Amino acid sequence: MSALSRREFLQATGALIVSYSSASILAPLAWGQGPFDTHASHVDPRQLDSWIAVAADGTVTAYTGKCELGQGMLTAQSQLVAEELSVPLERVRLIQCDTDLCPDQGTTSGSQSSPVNFNDRNLAQAAATAREALLGLAATRLGASVAELTIADGTITAASDKTKRVTYGELVAGRKFNLPLSTTARRKSAGEWKVLGKPVMRLDMAAMVTAQFEYVHNVHLPGMLHGRVVRPPRLGATLIDVDESSVRDIAGVVKVVTRKNFVGVVAERQSQAAQAAQQLRVRWSGGGNLPPQNEFYARLRSLKPSRDTLVVDSKDVDAKLAQATSVIKSTYLHPYQAHASIGASCAVADVRDGKATVWSPTQSVYPTRSGVAMLLGLPPESVHVIFTRGSGCYGLNAADTVSYDAALLSHAVSRPVRVQLTRKDEFISESYGHAYVIDQRIGIDREGTIVAWDYEAWWSSLGFRPGYDKPGNVITGFLAGFESERVTAQPAAEVATFQNRINPAPSYVAGCVGGKCGGAGKVRSERVIAHTVPSPFFTGPLRAPSRVQNTFAHESFMDEAAAHVKADPVAYRLRHLRDERLIEVVKQAAKTAGWDARPSPRRITRGSVASGRGIACVAYSGDNGYVATVAEVEVDRTTGHVRVKRFVVAHDCGPISNPDGLKNQIEGGTLQGMSRALGEEVTWDAENVTSIDWGTYNSLPLGFEVPVVESVLVNRAGVPATGAGETAITVVAAAIGNAIFDATGARIREVPFTAERIKAALITKKHRLAAYAP
Amino acid sequence: MSSINLTVNGHAHAVDVDPATPLLYVLSDDLQLRGPKFGCGLGQCGACTVIANGRTIRSCVTPIGTVKGAEITTLEGLGSVDRPHPIQQAFIDEQAAQCGFCLSGVILEAKALVDSNPNPSDRDIQQALSNVLCRCFVHTRMLRAIKRYAREKRP
Repeated sequence: MSALSRREFLQATGALIVSYSSASILAPLAWGQGPFDTHASHVDPRQLDSWIAVAADGTVTAYTGKCELGQGMLTAQSQLVAEELSVPLERVRLIQCDTDLCPDQGTTSGSQSSPVNFNDRNLAQAAATAREALLGLAATRLGASVAELTIADGTITAASDKTKRVTYGELVAGRKFNLPLSTTARRKSAGEWKVLGKPVMRLDMAAMVTAQFEYVHNVHLPGMLHGRVVRPPRLGATLIDVDESSVRDIAGVVKVVTRKNFVGVVAERQSQAAQAAQQLRVRWSGGGNLPPQNEFYARLRSLKPSRDTLVVDSKDVDAKLAQATSVIKSTYLHPYQAHASIGASCAVADVRDGKATVWSPTQSVYPTRSGVAMLLGLPPESVHVIFTRGSGCYGLNAADTVSYDAALLSHAVSRPVRVQLTRKDEFISESYGHAYVIDQRIGIDREGTIVAWDYEAWWSSLGFRPGYDKPGNVITGFLAGFESERVTAQPAAEVATFQNRINPAPSYVAGCVGGKCGGAGKVRSERVIAHTVPSPFFTGPLRAPSRVQNTFAHESFMDEAAAHVKADPVAYRLRHLRDERLIEVVKQAAKTAGWDARPSPRRITRGSVASGRGIACVAYSGDNGYVATVAEVEVDRTTGHVRVKRFVVAHDCGPISNPDGLKNQIEGGTLQGMSRALGEEVTWDAENVTSIDWGTYNSLPLGFEVPVVESVLVNRAGVPATGAGETAITVVAAAIGNAIFDATGARIREVPFTAERIKAALITKKHRLAAYAP
Repeated sequence: MSSINLTVNGHAHAVDVDPATPLLYVLSDDLQLRGPKFGCGLGQCGACTVIANGRTIRSCVTPIGTVKGAEITTLEGLGSVDRPHPIQQAFIDEQAAQCGFCLSGVILEAKALVDSNPNPSDRDIQQALSNVLCRCFVHTRMLRAIKRYAREKRP
């Protein structure tokens, strides 16, 4: 595998649009956030030639900074280019996330780049600009007006004289566009779509199922060595020394590498590196001292420093609660969860002669480029990061950190090095989804209507995505001596505008700030405050980051309120919502599920197995996708075992680019949410994390009783496309929890809903009922 | 080090490695095959699955010395993009993957099941896949693909 320069690549593919300025790297400031949402780099995102090239044979090469992570982006983006340029899908070649070739589009993250959320900007606008430019060129060439030209299959024809025709290849041969990206180039409306909007099969599917697809794990370079890392045995331990003689008897060991607290080994063969990493005698000092896990939630509330964020405050919540006919309050708990990618992360780096090339599964090639540059003391322009797919990441797994590992080890031996993390390395090297404690109070009036909603959360944070200048935000950068982003004390500022980006505010509040109401609901007495506190573990975005946790708390608590006033959970939600799109998905989910309208819990049935149904909904990030899910469950009251029989998911993400791709995301997100709700939890002892393999971190295997997942797709033309990769997962825990309550009358306020926890809740409930019995 | 013979996807190979070397490393590093992948190195997830002498094994925990002379089939040994094996075609028809990293375990375990039990019940499939993980949770599609393969295979 060799890294072609952009120029060589275009020549190799026969494209003739090559020359562009590779002037010095500009500071990676976000510019033009407005129309293009890109960052300045040597591949100037303002220039059409940075995005689209048309070869002499009519092949369209498109350059994108958003990459295929398994979510269908390769296919959706290719559809997008084919659509805007009116060429067959087969004629589009997409080059993804290569810092030598592609514009800087920051990070490819689920909610912003799902199969349906790439329509409006960047690449699509570039393709539309190219179409208009080609029409202009054709008009001159054919002696016709643009208005009378039509395009089909990459050929432009004059309506008045069908012999007047020219292909894209003929038009651009020997030339480049040399045009700025147009902000006014007309985008096709959903009504005109021929390629978009269709259930196009994944372009990479056949290669994946026949194992022809090259993952980063499959990258081989001449003279490549194998590296493994040795992480501290106790979280936060520092390196005293390594005894290199301890691995001298292992054939093929090339070098033991240390850099501050980073330790790794390089060997000729992978098995030798693995053995050396195990056998190397390393002395560490300090570390550990982790808080007992069973006291962790209690401690979160008092941790300092605290960074406080007020999302909304109507300033009358305490008064309204005092006047309310009844007030209910509950605390919800959500653990750290792992991305737990099926493939332990891998990367390959070749660092020699002041230059570095990294084949990386990162979601963020340009930030990784600057992170690697900082680690190696190189200028960023000497680092080339080539996105090469790893296993599904679902956020900040160990992809970034292993890229740093590979760079450090290759740098130390001046030869290409492939680093494979072990399963345990992966579990202790990734950045977990945040743990949360959420207290809520609801005030209810005489009519049973919610009149006040009070929310207060404590959530733990350390590090995050490294971005362009914080390699210490993930473990390798930190071990190598870079600082991590830490929580600093910050009192809550007055709220200027209502921002529900991470969903701390429930869908039922009005979100009124300064006379403008941005919430999806009707409750006008509202206070939402979140305290970010320090975490002992690295944390980072995990699919639907913070939204899964918040929505679990909101939607379970809404169900508690409905049960308190003996209202049907669907009707009660609708009564407090005002966002039409959210209302519509709730109605659609209930209708398709054949919702049995009545209050929860249902009448207790005889026998050990109880069945129930629950609903949960969310306006994702406030306005970035709408979903409502009905879950139908059976609970074995003797064992506490939950079996989910069916999910009905109603989903609205605006105009749908690829309905089958969307369904795949909905089905996968829903079942992943189920696995997270029923079993997933990071565990630890005094020294380190103890959930380190598939025996200690509980993922549902393929061999469980898989529920039916029915998707109801609400397709809306004429509105902007929204995210769809993180919507479905957001509501699953609450939908299941509400169904468990419906079946048994037991409310589970802590994720995961293990059989033991459910059994305990059932016993508590029984005792409570017995105590009140007349 | 010693020379070990094995046949992989119909091709004979002799590799000179320590017999304790996990088969996976030989397949992925020496023979540069892309099917079996490192998922856990513990035999827990299935990503490294290959068929050896007709049985599925976890190549990450199989020392190569224990499969001397074996006939090994990896996921790429079943079929190609142009001529996929019927079970691979069933996965394409059902669009049964997201990241695709787990497919060696899913497809090879399912093939082994259906080849020995042409009409598997849901329970049989669950049992056969009880130690196979897919973290993208493409379960519903994968189960449909497996049933499609079984259905189309029956005379």
